[in-house]
Amino acid sequence: MQDSNKGKIVGVNGNMITVEFDTHVIQNEIAYAITEGKRLKSEVIRVRGNRADLQVFEDTKGLKVGDDVEFTEELLSVELGPGILTSIYDGLQNPLPDLAKKSGFFLEKGVYLKPLDYEKEWDYTPMVKVGDEVIAGDRLGWVPEGIFKHYIMVPFTTKGVCKVTEVASAGKLKISTTIAKISNDKDIVTEVTMVQEWPVKIPISAYKEKLLPQETLISQIRIIDGFFPVAIGGTFCTPGPFGAGKTVLQHALSKYAEADIVIIAACGERAGEVVEILREFPHLEDPRTGKTLMERSIIICNTSSMPVAAREASVYTAVTLAEYYRQMGLNCLLLADSTSRWAQALREMSGRLEEIPGEEAFPAYLESLIASFYERAGLVKLNCGETGSVTIGGSVSPAGGNFEEPVTQATLKVVGAFHGLSRDRSNARRYPAIHPLESWSHYKSIVEDEKINFARETLRRGNEVNQMMKVIGEEGTHINDFQIYLKSEFLDFVFLQQNTFDSVDAATNKKRQTYMFDKVMAILKKQFTFESKDKARRFFLELRSDFINLNYSAEGTEDYKKFENLIDKKFEDN
Amino acid sequence: MRKVYHRIVQIAGNVITVEAENIGYGHLAEVTSARGTSLAQVIRLVDNKVFLQVFAGSRGISTGDEVRFLGSPMQVSSSKNLLGRIFTGGGIPRDGRPEVKDDMIEIAGPSVNPSKRIIPKNMIRTGIPMIDVFNSLVESQKLPIFSIAGEPYNQLLARVAMQAEVDVIILGGMGLKYDDYLFFKNTLDEHGALSRSVLFVHTASDPVVECLLVPDMALAVAENYALEGKKVLVLLTDMTNYADAMKEIAITMEQIPSNRGYPGDLYSQLAARYEKAVDFDSAGSITILAVTTMPGDDVTHPVPDNTGYITEGQFYLKNGRIEPFGSLSRLKQQVNDTTRSDHRAIMDTMIRFYADFLETKEKQSMGFQMSSWDEKLLKYGVLFETRMMDLSVNIPLEDALDLGWETLAECFDKTESGIKHDLLEEYWPKN
Repeated sequence: MQDSNKGKIVGVNGNMITVEFDTHVIQNEIAYAITEGKRLKSEVIRVRGNRADLQVFEDTKGLKVGDDVEFTEELLSVELGPGILTSIYDGLQNPLPDLAKKSGFFLEKGVYLKPLDYEKEWDYTPMVKVGDEVIAGDRLGWVPEGIFKHYIMVPFTTKGVCKVTEVASAGKLKISTTIAKISNDKDIVTEVTMVQEWPVKIPISAYKEKLLPQETLISQIRIIDGFFPVAIGGTFCTPGPFGAGKTVLQHALSKYAEADIVIIAACGERAGEVVEILREFPHLEDPRTGKTLMERSIIICNTSSMPVAAREASVYTAVTLAEYYRQMGLNCLLLADSTSRWAQALREMSGRLEEIPGEEAFPAYLESLIASFYERAGLVKLNCGETGSVTIGGSVSPAGGNFEEPVTQATLKVVGAFHGLSRDRSNARRYPAIHPLESWSHYKSIVEDEKINFARETLRRGNEVNQMMKVIGEEGTHINDFQIYLKSEFLDFVFLQQNTFDSVDAATNKKRQTYMFDKVMAILKKQFTFESKDKARRFFLELRSDFINLNYSAEGTEDYKKFENLIDKKFEDN
Repeated sequence: MRKVYHRIVQIAGNVITVEAENIGYGHLAEVTSARGTSLAQVIRLVDNKVFLQVFAGSRGISTGDEVRFLGSPMQVSSSKNLLGRIFTGGGIPRDGRPEVKDDMIEIAGPSVNPSKRIIPKNMIRTGIPMIDVFNSLVESQKLPIFSIAGEPYNQLLARVAMQAEVDVIILGGMGLKYDDYLFFKNTLDEHGALSRSVLFVHTASDPVVECLLVPDMALAVAENYALEGKKVLVLLTDMTNYADAMKEIAITMEQIPSNRGYPGDLYSQLAARYEKAVDFDSAGSITILAVTTMPGDDVTHPVPDNTGYITEGQFYLKNGRIEPFGSLSRLKQQVNDTTRSDHRAIMDTMIRFYADFLETKEKQSMGFQMSSWDEKLLKYGVLFETRMMDLSVNIPLEDALDLGWETLAECFDKTESGIKHDLLEEYWPKN
C-alpha cells in the first residue's frame, strides 16, 4: 500500500468527488477515499489535467476537502470461483448476508467483504495432466457446486498457448489452493487457483465463436412461448408503465424459465421485491432438478435506496457472472430489473460531470452503452466444443409509460424480442399484460408459424371488429364479424392470459402448451352458426369458463378430464 | 473551539457560499444574521468554497454575517419524550414546549440490508372496501395517495391512520396549509392518538428548505421506534411539495434539469425516503402512507410517475372516490390469500365486470342499442359504485366480500361470473 498512487480531495458534489493527484491515474480504475478511518470505494470516471472526477460507491456525507485518496491501478472486478451460486450480492459483489452478520440491520459504509468463502473445502477432480497444452478458458478440473460441475478454467486473461507444468491431485481443497501451474512460451509460470478476477465492464471472450440463437427458451408463460418467444442466447426487453406487472412477470420467468442458471439483477428497484425472492427461493422446488430454486440462482441486489454508483456497476457484475457460468457450458438467464434505473444512474453522474445533455438529459453515449450491454448475450461455442449461453432480459421503466423515451428506444434497437406491457390490459386485469398486437419477437415459437399467424390474424381482426363496434354498435355488426371478435376474446382469455398466482396455471410446460394451442386453434378455425349474438356470446362465455377451469386443473386429475370432456362436447354440439 | 467565518462570498437563492477549510460534506453550520440564527447544511464543496443551504432562507443575510460550523450532520432526538410533540422541519418545537436534545441520532442514515428484511404478511384493515377488498394495505408497505388539489386526501389519510392498529404515528407535513395542520392536530387529539404521535410540520409559509428536512426527520424517528419493535405508521403529505422544494434548490445550484425542471436524481431522492418503509427481521416495522398531488391530474408528471415506480402501488383518489383503475396495492397478494378463500376471486371478478360496465356505459352514451348483457352490466355498475366505491361505506372485509357475492348474484348467473367452480359452490348465494 506504501507505493500506491495517492491524491487529495478538492471537491465534493453529491456522490462525485474531485481529486488532485501528482503521478498518473487510469481511466475507470478503483480508488479509495479515506475519511475517519473508513475507506470508500470509488471509480475514476474522468480525468482533466491533474484532477480526476471519481464516482463514489457510498454515501459521501462527512468527506472533506483535503482527505486522502488511494488509487489501486485496478479496474472494477469481480471474483469468479466456486460458491457464487446461491449467493446474494450487492452491486459490487459484497455478500449481503455476511454484511448483515457484521453490521446488523443497516449497510455500513466502507465495509467490504470477500465474495467467496475461502475456508470452505471443495471436492476437486483434475482434468489435465502435466504436459498438456491449454489456452484461456480451457478446463483444468472441476468441483461439484450444487447440481452442477463447476469447472476451474485457465484464467481468461491468459495469452497464447501454455503448457501445464504442475497439477494438484484430487481431494478436498480450498479455493485459494494452487490447482495447477502453467507456463507460456516465454517460460513465465502462472499459478492457477480456483479463483480468478475479471473486470466487469469487459466481456469474457475465451470461446471459439458466437452462434445464431435458434432454440426457444421455454419460459412456461404461454403468451411468451407461443407468441413472443425468446431464444436461448437471445435478448428481450419488457417495458411498461408502473403497475403493469413487469416485476411479477420477471419473477415468473425467474421461477419457471428452463435455464440452467438464473441471475437476478435487482437494479435500483424496490427492496421488497428482492426480499420476496430471497425468502421464497430457498423453499421453492425446481421441478426439473428436485432441488430448491436457490441452487440455480444468483441474486445481485442494488435496490433504489442503495448508492447510485453501485447501481450502475450491478448490471455489469451480473452479466460477468453469467458469462462465467456460460464458460462451463451452461445456459444462463440474466434478468435485469430495471435497466431504466441503470440509465438514470448514468444520467445523474453525467449531470454532475456537467456533460452536455442529450434527450431528457440522458447522456449522449446512453445508446452505445445499452447496445454493448445487450451484446454480451449470446450463444457461444466453447473451446471444448460444447455450447453455453447468456440470455438477457431487461425490464424498462419508461417515464410516464411512454415508449418513445430514450431508454426504451435505445433498447428496442438491440433486442430480439419486445414484450410491451400495456396499461389498458393491466387495468382490465388481463395478465400478463403483454400487448398481443404491439409486441414482437424475431425468435422461433414453439408453435408452427402457420398456426401462430392464424391466431395473430384472429386477434388483429377481433380488435378491428371491436373498434368498429364502438362506432357502429353491436346491432350494426354482422354476426360473422361478431363471431371473430368473440373468438379473439376467447383466445385472449384462455391462452394469452395466465394466472401466475394459481399453482397450476402459473407455469405451462411445452407439451401442454402445444396441446392446448391445438385445441384453441380448432375452435378458432371452426365456423359456428348461432341464432343470435346473445347465444353466440353465451356459448363463448361458457366455453371460456370451462377452458379456464381446465387451465386451473393439473394434468391427469378428475377435474382435468371433466372439463376436457365438457369442452369437447360443446365443440361437437355446435 | 470552532472557527467563525465572516466572509460570505456568494448568495444565490437560499444557498450561500463561504470560504472555509476542513469542512465535512453534509455537515451543519449556524448562520447568524440580523434576523436571527438559522441552521444551514453543506451541499457542495469546491476547493475552499463551501456551499450552504440555509434552512430559514437567505433573505436578510448580509455578506458579513457569522457562519459557525457544527462539525456534524443534521440530527434529531431519539428520546421517548418526542411522543405527543410537534416540531418544525428543522426540529424546533412548534408547540411552545422546551426543545428535546437527548440521544441525538443522525437523520438520513444508511439503507437497510435487504437480507434483514422479511416478507410483509400482516394486512392493515381500514374498513374501506376499495382498500380492504381490492387493494389491501399491508404492514410495511409504502403507498401514496395520488390525487389532485381539492380532493379530500388529507381526510382519507387521517381516516386510515385512525383506524389502523399501529403503535406510533408520525406525521411529516410538507407545505401544509395551516388549516390542514390544525385538522391533523385536532383529529389526532379527538381520537386520543396525539400521545402516541410525533409531528414534523412544515407549513406553506415556512422557509422552503425546512420542507426538505421533514421526510428525513420523520423517518429517522420512525426507524428508531421500529428498531425498538414498534409498529410505526408514517404519514407524509404532500410529497409533491417536497419534490418542488428539491427542484428549487437544484435550479439554484445550476444543476442540469432532466424533466420539467426536476433534478436528474429525483427518482433516487424519493426512493431513499420511501425505501425506509420496512418490516425488520425480529424488530418492528415502518409503513408509509403518503400524498402525491398530481398537477393537472396528470399521472405522467415526473413526481407521480417516479413515485409510482418506487412505491408499492397507489390509491388513486378522484371525485371523492378511490378509483379501481389506477389504484393498486402490490403487496395485496401477500395477504389476500389468507383472509378468505374467495377474496381474490371477488376482487378480480368485480373489477373485470366494472371495466365492462364502463365500456357499456360509453356505448350507451353514444346511443347504441343495449343488449340484455349490457343491461346486466349497467345494473351491476350502479350497485358497485354505491356499495363498494362510496367512501362513506365503512364495513369489515368479510361483510364487504359477502356484499360482493350478493351483488354478483343480483346481476349475473353462475356461468357468466367466470369464477372457479369450487368457489361458486361454496359462496354463490343459494336463493
